[in-house]
Amino acid sequence: MAETGRVAGRDWAVEKDLGARSSRVVDGLRAYRMITAMWIRSTMAYRASFLMTTFGNFVATALDFVAVLLMFSRVDELGGYTLPQIAFLYGLSSTAFGLADLAVGSMEKLGRRVRDGTLDTLMVRPAPVLAQMAADQFGLRRLGRVTQGVLVLGYALATVDIDWTWAKVLLMPVMLVSGAAIFCAVFVAGASFQFVAQDAAEVQNAFTYGGTTLLQYPPTLFATELVRGVTFVLPLAFVNWVPATYVLGMPLPLGLPGWAAFLPPLVAAACCALAGLAWRAGLRSYRSTGS
Amino acid sequence: MKGAFAVDSAFIELDRVEKVFDVHRKTGFMRRELRRVRAVDSISFTVARGEMVGYIGPNGAGKSTTIKMLTGILTPSGGRLRVAGIDPSRERTRLAHRIGVVFGQRTTLWWDLPLLDSYRLMHRMYRIPDARYRENLDRLVELLELGDLLDVPVRQLSLGQRMRGDIVAALLHDPEVLYLDEPTIGLDVVSKGKVREFLRELNAEHGTTVLLTTHDLQDIEQLCSRVMVIDHGRLMYDGPLTGLHEVGDSERILVVDLERELPPIEAPAPARVVKVDGPRQWLAFPAAASAAPLVARIAAEYPLVDLSVREPDIEAVIAKMLHSLGDTTDPPSERATA
Repeated sequence: MAETGRVAGRDWAVEKDLGARSSRVVDGLRAYRMITAMWIRSTMAYRASFLMTTFGNFVATALDFVAVLLMFSRVDELGGYTLPQIAFLYGLSSTAFGLADLAVGSMEKLGRRVRDGTLDTLMVRPAPVLAQMAADQFGLRRLGRVTQGVLVLGYALATVDIDWTWAKVLLMPVMLVSGAAIFCAVFVAGASFQFVAQDAAEVQNAFTYGGTTLLQYPPTLFATELVRGVTFVLPLAFVNWVPATYVLGMPLPLGLPGWAAFLPPLVAAACCALAGLAWRAGLRSYRSTGS
Repeated sequence: MKGAFAVDSAFIELDRVEKVFDVHRKTGFMRRELRRVRAVDSISFTVARGEMVGYIGPNGAGKSTTIKMLTGILTPSGGRLRVAGIDPSRERTRLAHRIGVVFGQRTTLWWDLPLLDSYRLMHRMYRIPDARYRENLDRLVELLELGDLLDVPVRQLSLGQRMRGDIVAALLHDPEVLYLDEPTIGLDVVSKGKVREFLRELNAEHGTTVLLTTHDLQDIEQLCSRVMVIDHGRLMYDGPLTGLHEVGDSERILVVDLERELPPIEAPAPARVVKVDGPRQWLAFPAAASAAPLVARIAAEYPLVDLSVREPDIEAVIAKMLHSLGDTTDPPSERATA
């Protein structure tokens, strides 16, 4: 009896080895989908609480835009931008960030998982740790922020004055997807840093939440050094400033040429590649040093 | 592929495995001292397919570090390590299909969801064929008596039920090795018994190789034919539990309740009275010896009302053993914590 069980076990072992050979990206996406589905079900166990936190999330972010509206009750323009133009910047930044936050925002909790040792439970499963970590604590309540961003962007598109061309129309979805990807890369890079410094979540927040707030206002408001920094060092400017000023027909920041507005996909790809390398380095350091 | 099957006698194989950590310690404001700690110091052993081994040692001796290397979480600093022919740190996800891991104090179950939902996730994540999943689930749930609890959210389970739930989750994909880190910690006597009985059966019927760490000597006594003791990252003992008692000269305690208060019992050496409290007396005798002759002698000569035998504490056994092996005890601060 035990002998047949063992033989059957061996066949199954061969199958397992074959099954384990699929691509890491496919495996990662598959694991991400399964784990987020579990978290959604988990959230739905407390439906009322879910509705309230989502609504709360929406109201909190909505109030943030109300502050901008109040400002414009006293002035007609800010840094050379009218209210609809600022709403355009704001909506783009908020939507792109909201999407990234929804997709991988829980990565900022990595430091806690390293500290309490629960990261190890993810590492004994047959799926990439990055995918499992990105899906960890997946919170649909973050849709509240995306909703706010989309509404502000809708308001901007309805009121702003743009000379639409096909290139500009095409740039809209490209900008949102690239922007979300750039923010995702920042989340992943920040989490990678937490492998080394487990209490660095606040530093990460400065770049993520701080970054999106910065981008909600026109680049003309800020010192040239800062704009240079977020263009060439941490290229957040490619989320909206560079492409959006082009769409609005405003001068590009730092006197960049018009074609720079079409760079976001390339910048996003480079950021994601670098974040991927940072993640690998972080994970390797965790595996060689322990917690 | 060949390697995976050619290793039945050395299913788990460690050859001079080392793990060295660089530990930064604050020695003052902005000053840090770098120290190298050998958490695992040149350990070699093999475990055959189907063995059940207890892996014990004081806190910070290097137990968890070894388990983490065996599961592919940590990369060894030196030496050679193979599990089922796989190098764990290089092929972590491939190995994951072949091993099951239960961390005693960290559940892998979904807190707010019914137990069954966690198992469905395992089903899909490990790509377990449908028929086999159902067969395994039915069998495991029956053996561990979880049938009525599958629809209950995990947060409502007792600690013992959750531990059994975690064991099921770790076994659904038919792992050939099961690592258990403190599987009975915090459980009541009944739950401990259930877990032990299940593990014994799993090992006997299914031939699953089991490696467990524990602080409970009874876990080892009832389950493991072989014990490995690790201290300061070195393997200090590898053999049967009885041998461990012999090496360590450890003692069991016989507690006897007499009818009335009496002077200390005159027991045959090496047994001796260590404490008297009213009609109750405590006698120490070698752990490797049988209690029966001693009990018979006392029952014949004294008015015996009740008696019980206390097993030596695992820490005490290890401490005695390490002492008798002439271990040079470092201050605790020198120990690696990982």
